[in-house]
Amino acid sequence: MPDAGFLTLAVEQVDGALGRTGGPDALVARRMQALSLAVHIPIVCFGIAFPAMILFVEGLYLRTGDVTYKALAKRWSKVALTLFAVGVVTGTILSFEFGLLWPNFMATFADVFGVGFALEGISFFVEAIFIAIYVYGWDRLGRRAHFLVGVPIVLSGFTGSFWVLGVNAWMNSPTGFTVVDGRVTDPRPLEALLTPNLGHELAHMYLAGYMVTGFIVAGVYAGGWLKGRRDRYHRTALVVTLAFAALASAAQGIVGDWAGRRVADSQPVKLAAFEGLARTQAGAPFTIGGIYDADRGEVRYGIHIPKMLSLLAHHDPNARVTGLDAVPPRDRPPVNVVRVAFQTMVGIGVALGLVGLVFVLTWLRHRRLPRSRWFYRAVVAAGPLSLVALIAGWVATEVGRQPWIVYEVMRTSQAVTRADGLEVGFAVLVAVYAGLAAAVAWLLRRLARRPPETEVAGAPATEASRA
Amino acid sequence: MAEVCLALVVVGITAYAVLGGADYGAGFWDLTAGGAQRGGRIRGMVQRSMSPVWEANHVWLIFVLVVVWTAFPVAFGSVFSTLAIPLFLAALGIIFRGTAFALRGHAATIREARVLGATFALSSVLVPFSFGAALGGVASGRVPVGNAAGDMVDSWLNPTSLLIGVLAVLTGAYLAAVFLADDSVRAEQPDLARAFRARALGAGAVTGLVAVGGLAVLRSDARALFDGLTSGGGLVLVLISAAAGAVTLALVWTGRFGPARFSAAAAVAAVTVGWVLAQRPYVLPPRLTLDAAAADDTVLTTLVAGLGIGALVLLPSLWYLYRLVLQGRLDQDYEPLDQRFRPLSASDERDAGDAGRAGGAA
Repeated sequence: MPDAGFLTLAVEQVDGALGRTGGPDALVARRMQALSLAVHIPIVCFGIAFPAMILFVEGLYLRTGDVTYKALAKRWSKVALTLFAVGVVTGTILSFEFGLLWPNFMATFADVFGVGFALEGISFFVEAIFIAIYVYGWDRLGRRAHFLVGVPIVLSGFTGSFWVLGVNAWMNSPTGFTVVDGRVTDPRPLEALLTPNLGHELAHMYLAGYMVTGFIVAGVYAGGWLKGRRDRYHRTALVVTLAFAALASAAQGIVGDWAGRRVADSQPVKLAAFEGLARTQAGAPFTIGGIYDADRGEVRYGIHIPKMLSLLAHHDPNARVTGLDAVPPRDRPPVNVVRVAFQTMVGIGVALGLVGLVFVLTWLRHRRLPRSRWFYRAVVAAGPLSLVALIAGWVATEVGRQPWIVYEVMRTSQAVTRADGLEVGFAVLVAVYAGLAAAVAWLLRRLARRPPETEVAGAPATEASRA
Repeated sequence: MAEVCLALVVVGITAYAVLGGADYGAGFWDLTAGGAQRGGRIRGMVQRSMSPVWEANHVWLIFVLVVVWTAFPVAFGSVFSTLAIPLFLAALGIIFRGTAFALRGHAATIREARVLGATFALSSVLVPFSFGAALGGVASGRVPVGNAAGDMVDSWLNPTSLLIGVLAVLTGAYLAAVFLADDSVRAEQPDLARAFRARALGAGAVTGLVAVGGLAVLRSDARALFDGLTSGGGLVLVLISAAAGAVTLALVWTGRFGPARFSAAAAVAAVTVGWVLAQRPYVLPPRLTLDAAAADDTVLTTLVAGLGIGALVLLPSLWYLYRLVLQGRLDQDYEPLDQRFRPLSASDERDAGDAGRAGGAA
């Protein structure tokens, strides 16, 4: 195939501030980074969504004075604090890994996007402060003051994810700098952080946070429901979490469509990998399932729906969709990983939407929870499935960006450290995270088993205690 | 602007060394508190003092990382590739420390609390040592510019690194003892206050001796750093630090733990500034200067402006947290760590003895 047939790259490639070549182990480094992200991102979901749910329940308590709400909010807030503590350390690991694994990426570009992390750091700081005051302030601050202390937690959870996703969006559509003779010059941090891709990435991840948190917490209480724990406390927990998760799932359908069209415009090769589309064509089909065969340049054993991809990606059944052949093979991501991850995310997302729909319809018609045991079994399964969809979505977008760490500007293999022993580090990290996961699971089980605190109406949390 | 960003880094390192360092130091006293019963009271105090603040304290580390990589990206990449081993060890220690501490609050039996506590305490020693060792590699000029261009082992296993690593552990222990003594007074636990007073005096004396003796190590291993610390601005700040350390000892001796908090913090701040002055104008001695390392002025200005706007939110929030803490509004009820669990049985006594011996050996 002649080179002239390939897309010309948008920007000139860089040499890297620490040298033109990277180390040999980009794949190990990528796995290490992926592992750490997979541990951290679920916790981020709780940071995004759980405070809002807790405040909602505390708001119910303030309005009604019903201590069931208070007991629930208090219990959830303790879980949130523990998860936040774990998130503090897993987030620290990530920031270490930026330097430990990708020193050349940081040395070359950290000035361009670094301000985003500075602002994220401040959000994180504010979150840490207020979550501590909130949890340790139960019954020690006035009722209204305590509720207000929760508000900055929700806001800083939002601004924190805003800036981090700003950096990720920048990696996918890098702007805000100029390349002159392989050197990065004229960095413009604000332009870099507010790229056109930020909008859909933020909305997509924010809703995912509500879905993951909602379905996981709902799953815990649905398990209790199946075992006969059906008092007011458990019912409230189920209704609140399912309501948040169902609304987020519905909105995610719309945002997902937006995100897909944005990817089609700004990273057509990534979209081609999502769909296993080998050749650029008009009226492209959508394929469900199957395996991409690179030699044949097609997806085998899948179900083809004619013109569907053109319709989804461009809202026009005859639109032209860019295929993998637009770039030389060395510039294509590993198609099957990306494609399986993408289809997993979409498939699970649709299933979760259906669970949410059952809940919403039952609630609207009867003002009660569904009665079928199958519904509760589905909710129990929805928790882990939502996690799988979350990770699959990140695999799709991050692996789909390969072989670039900064899209079409810097290769991942160039960014990686030249230090030896990455395999050792990776093995250690796997063991440590396995231990961490076991410890958190142990703790959550313990918290779930403990009977709810008995709250006495009108007791210490009064204005008098503020004196 | 590069100087402003360097100043921010110094503020961040100082805050982390004082606040974060004290949290690691608390882990040191947790480690050396003895068996489950004997050490239970000390551990209970550590748990109570650290719980509301350690996460906020830890964020200073993130602050330092972010400012360094944005303002001095080449230095960041060079440091993190050459010093990958101690920094990876520090990262692992941070995972273990944070998780074990958070989980210990939920332990249901003394046995669980002991396993988690030992993890928490051992990693509390590992982290400051690793950071100190990494810092020693930079200060002694062992980190060249480049992707893992320096020696992966000698860059942090060398006399200067060992000295600064040990000093970091000792300083944290000293700070923690001072802070915990004050907290014990507020919690109305006079015997604990006495115990921490003794620890503060001991740790303070040892830290001072190691610091003075360490000058000889620096003289032979890192001559440029030694010269910087013993002349001009570096010398002034070293003397200020020594004076502040002596004042702290006197305050602790006379039981005035509140003011001792601040003089102890001042001692750490002075020595941090002294180090920066000593290796001026280099960020990575002996070649990379501050001006060469600094990012474009647009970036530095945006960074400082962003942090300034953030500070408008952050500083009142911090003030609110520390005010609530110092007023005792967020205080948890004090209880010795071992008494949260069922009454000790005979088998626990035996285990407690084992742990005591293990603690002694460590």
